[in-house]
Amino acid sequence: MKPVVSLRGASLAFGKRTLWENLDLDIKPGEFFAVLGPNGSGKTSFLKVLLGLQQLHSGTATLAGNPVERGSRMIGYIPQQKSFAPDTPLRARDLVGLGVDGDRWGVRLGAAKVNRRIDQLLDQVGASDYANVPVGQLSGGEQQRLRVAQALATEPKVLLCDEPLLSLDLHHQQAVSSLINDQCHEQESAVVFVTHEINPIIDYVDRVLYLAGGQFRVGTPHEVMTTEVLSELYDSHVEVMHLNGRIVVVGLPDATTHHHDEHSMAGEGV
Amino acid sequence: MDFQEFLRSVFNFDNYGELLALVQNSIWAGAVLGLLGGLVGTFVMKRDLAFAVHGISELSFAGAAFALLIGADIVFGSLIGSVAAALLLGLMGVRARDKNSIIGVIMPFGLGLGILFLALYEGRAANKFGLLTGQIVSVDTVQLQALAGTAAVVMVALVLIWRPLTFASVDPELAEARGVPVRGLAIAFMVLLGISVALSIQVVGALLVLALLITPAAAALRVTSSPRMVVMLSVAFAVTATVGGILLALGGRIPISPYVTTLSFLIYVACRIIGGVRARRGLVGRRVQSNPVRGASLQA
Repeated sequence: MKPVVSLRGASLAFGKRTLWENLDLDIKPGEFFAVLGPNGSGKTSFLKVLLGLQQLHSGTATLAGNPVERGSRMIGYIPQQKSFAPDTPLRARDLVGLGVDGDRWGVRLGAAKVNRRIDQLLDQVGASDYANVPVGQLSGGEQQRLRVAQALATEPKVLLCDEPLLSLDLHHQQAVSSLINDQCHEQESAVVFVTHEINPIIDYVDRVLYLAGGQFRVGTPHEVMTTEVLSELYDSHVEVMHLNGRIVVVGLPDATTHHHDEHSMAGEGV
Repeated sequence: MDFQEFLRSVFNFDNYGELLALVQNSIWAGAVLGLLGGLVGTFVMKRDLAFAVHGISELSFAGAAFALLIGADIVFGSLIGSVAAALLLGLMGVRARDKNSIIGVIMPFGLGLGILFLALYEGRAANKFGLLTGQIVSVDTVQLQALAGTAAVVMVALVLIWRPLTFASVDPELAEARGVPVRGLAIAFMVLLGISVALSIQVVGALLVLALLITPAAAALRVTSSPRMVVMLSVAFAVTATVGGILLALGGRIPISPYVTTLSFLIYVACRIIGGVRARRGLVGRRVQSNPVRGASLQA
């Protein structure tokens, strides 16, 4: 199968600091691809490269054979959950509508057709019950469902997700990640999922790109999430344990407190 | 002045028909500006630019005062002032916090300049006062045409960038990811806003521009979240305030602006009350599963 995302000899550097270099990567349609790593390792920049918002320092990035470009309708983007002000003049359906035709010039003509599409998308993510509720009054989990609907509006070949589960409770983490996974398998979209916590999506992930200390590893979770590989990436001893299908990493050198992973094992990230 | 006299100077409908014919142009001008203010105002609210409008209007006032001083066209002067201020804000203030401090710096400077120019001006005092409080009574046909033409250009431009501007205003991060030129649109909108402020100043004056560009949209947002309804209500409120204000002011001896601002304010208060009542009843549009037997789902 032809890859939908391809990177060849890709490097990214800010000034003297190299985030990653000589990255060769192919992501296939229908693949669930996780990008992991500590803060500042270039995970978000990786997404920005694919969005066409960040130039590579060297190398090439292509999308279905063409160089990446800004505003490609082949890409659906799901950002971190960020609350809307309570008086934002936007209902759930309008937020999804932005994904359908918000980037087009002029005013919306043919509203009936767009409305049908919006209803369809809302139904797809199970958000029909609050279609007319202002977004500012929805919970974080409900907002993220809408973000999924919004991202699916253009029937993207690639779903780029930037920590979409951050600050969601466990229940909503499962709901949102399973929605993303459905899209991955039913529509053969590739999913690029940036996260610093693999456990909520461990059941779905096909391959992992782990970025740390200016280096990277690509492979299945079982190949990458090991004591040897992570110790080498971090250049210090890191212990990786597999427990009940969960992955626990102990001894990360630059561990940060992750406010949202109350569900993870106590030893994680310490 | 006793109360009767006061009332007579505020409301006076003697010879109303004849007066009405005289101020036809003003009424049209009011309607055009109401339409423009209502449309632009919705984006001002979405982009959280209420304070910027105030800053722009002060510089617009300085421009108009300078034009008055040197005997140039006042409208042109205020246009230059406000577009310059709007561009400055659009180019410099990327983050809201930056923007607010820049406005805080510009505003008193503009007002000070305006007062300086007015102090140097030796013409009629009414002209001076008009810049601050509005002077729509004396709109002639040529002025009306210029006003309507400019307003039409602004509105057409606004319609052309409507969707991406909405996207960039309410959801900038995603708009950027979708390739919407967020920054370019921000600057374009500031120019449109600058022109709108300069036009509105002619009716309500530099000090009261907010009543046209903010209050109607803010009132609309209190009662609806539907983008379409927000626009329609905002325009309806703004036109009601301007045209209604002019009609009420006809006979009295008082400038038009207090009528316009008061109407605008009353509409806002009414909307706030309606919005408050609705919020207390929890009417936000969430569809509740219709279940005839309350609590049945709990037992299940």
